[in-house]
Amino acid sequence: MIRNLRHAALGATLSTAAMIAAAPAQAQVTIEYWQYFFEARVTAMEQLIENFEAANPDITVNMTTFPYADYRTRTAVAIPAGEGPDVVQLFYGWLNDYIEAELIQPLPVEAFPPDEINAEFFPMVQAMERDGQYYALPTAVRSLALFYNNRLFEAADIDGPPETLDEMVEIAAALTERDGAGNITQVGLTSGMTAQDHHWWREVLVRQFGGEPYTDGYRNVAYDSEAGLAALNFYHGLSAEHGVTDAGFMDEPQAAFRAGRAGMHIDGSFRIGALEGTRGLDWGVTELPAGPDGTRSNYSSYWVNAITSRAEGEEYDAAVLFMDYITSPEAMQIWLDTVGELPARESVGMIDENAEHPVYGPFIRGLEYANTTIFADESAQRQILVEMLERINLQGQDPAESLAQAAAAEQDLLDAYYGE
Amino acid sequence: MSFYRALSIRQKRTLWAWGFLAVPIIFYVVIRFYPTGNAMVLSFQSWNLLGDREWAGLANYRVLFSDPVFWQVFWNTFKYLLIGTPISLVISFFIAYHLDKVRFAHGFLRALYFLPFMTSAVAMAWVWRWFYQGVPIGLFNNMLASVGIGQVEFLNSTTNALPSILAPAVWAGLGFQVIIFMAGLRAIPRSYYEAAEIDGVSKWTVLWEITIPLLRPTIVFIVVFSSIGFLRIFDHVFNMTTNNPGGPLNSTKPLVLMIYETAFRSFDMGYAAAQTVVLFLILLVVSLIQLRILRDS
Repeated sequence: MIRNLRHAALGATLSTAAMIAAAPAQAQVTIEYWQYFFEARVTAMEQLIENFEAANPDITVNMTTFPYADYRTRTAVAIPAGEGPDVVQLFYGWLNDYIEAELIQPLPVEAFPPDEINAEFFPMVQAMERDGQYYALPTAVRSLALFYNNRLFEAADIDGPPETLDEMVEIAAALTERDGAGNITQVGLTSGMTAQDHHWWREVLVRQFGGEPYTDGYRNVAYDSEAGLAALNFYHGLSAEHGVTDAGFMDEPQAAFRAGRAGMHIDGSFRIGALEGTRGLDWGVTELPAGPDGTRSNYSSYWVNAITSRAEGEEYDAAVLFMDYITSPEAMQIWLDTVGELPARESVGMIDENAEHPVYGPFIRGLEYANTTIFADESAQRQILVEMLERINLQGQDPAESLAQAAAAEQDLLDAYYGE
Repeated sequence: MSFYRALSIRQKRTLWAWGFLAVPIIFYVVIRFYPTGNAMVLSFQSWNLLGDREWAGLANYRVLFSDPVFWQVFWNTFKYLLIGTPISLVISFFIAYHLDKVRFAHGFLRALYFLPFMTSAVAMAWVWRWFYQGVPIGLFNNMLASVGIGQVEFLNSTTNALPSILAPAVWAGLGFQVIIFMAGLRAIPRSYYEAAEIDGVSKWTVLWEITIPLLRPTIVFIVVFSSIGFLRIFDHVFNMTTNNPGGPLNSTKPLVLMIYETAFRSFDMGYAAAQTVVLFLILLVVSLIQLRILRDS
């Protein structure tokens, strides 16, 4: 309530400022907002814009969307050319490049005080702060969880989802089926570094086996350690030792799970929508299993909103107001209800209705201990882990050697990116 | 106007000719030559699409030539060419030679061979990708399993993946090559064959001494055309290995895919431009060599 009042007061001040600046004409201000096209996100944003315009009748927000595949290229080309939006949605991993190229401006400290953001948002959002100023803020975040197939669990007489990695392996073994020749026809657990497993390995398994994936703000690779090797051996052992998974099974992990040929599947909250409509699939979801010593971890990623350097004068003031609204608790609840993406504020996420929600709950609870990898080049860094496993599986390389090779390759990449 | 009137008819004709020629020339300069030149300049710069372009000198090329992945990709690109071109040439000639003699349902058969060429490469690549999976979903492996033969890793193998991806690419291109070969066969004057028949020459001799030598221009065209196609192979590889582009372990990655990844996944535009320049030079040299070899003698 107090916060809302503060928002209202802030809004009033800023709009007054805008009005004074534009005193003679008191013209209608129009700002441009860009995001990529995903139907639920567009619907949610349309609703947010409608609410925002109702509260600020002198501001009009135009939303433009682009196909996901083109989005990064389009924004990258349009903003420097001055053709772009005033408020733009970016993947958190692109932030460095955008700040360096001075394409986005820091959020004003008065309207977005860092202390308050640090206190109210889930901790991984702090990756968006540079030198005491936030450059961007998310409306919603994503995390990982373990999906499981209720029908297969019942058929194998398993009471409930696993709590620990050991239980997970045990259950996966009970769910794995093979044909007469020993070929897997149903996996206990899906796997594939090309899907979400590289996040699971990097931010979850390495930590659960007692290590740190990176140090020095993700500039130094630290997983070439005993813990890293233990994590790799565990992951590789799922197929090599326990035989409860197969990386290429049914082409893609999510395909195997949707087809009901996989007992368990680790995936992000963005998969909920796709699974919800699947005919004949009865699934549940639980937090990622805890490690040998009970450590829990998770990986969170998100899309952020930022004000571009194009916004000046009254457009800038309008953009600040708009940013304030789309990162407000109200907007986050609308986003969760419409898109199914998790609120970025702890105060919204951790209310019982959300934290105990049968589907969103496990993801939201995971946010409390989630980490966000600061990538220099996500696809290249993923590829390094993909190849780490391929060298072991296809070329019979020793896991420790493969791990060291991957760590060296990733360090080279990070050094080149940070210009060291 | 008086300037125009003062010209002779010959000069007027020249003027008109250049006037008409100017349209395609301007078109080519703007949409072909300018971007090509720009890419060459960019190959000496460093640019991530966002900031300013910065001069990098030969750094992009230095990184490229010392990158083991580049040399692997370079060699892969030639594998596509060296395996794909002869195989598709022989198969398409074989089909065209025999199809040319078939009278029954000729048009229908020809249409069947042409059909894959008109199909979208993306759709085809995905269907083949699923054909290649293991049990329980892969067509080929299910067939093998039903007769008790062990599984073959088609795509998840550093040795089998490249031929597996090449097969649908060859198949897709056959239709076009068959049509070109048939047109070439029809263009050989009947009188040579009649003369050979009168002389009582064997079928093999007719093939080696008349048909193939007279098909030389057709063969040159197909070899150059399909070589360029295989050197630029992209859609099949990209779609059959989307989750791990050019994998496993870069064993199927062609140069074009490496360029695409550098440019649109890593956003390292200068480095991608340097790779493009290398591809351009390869295409140029290969085409010139082929034209020389196949035209001489």
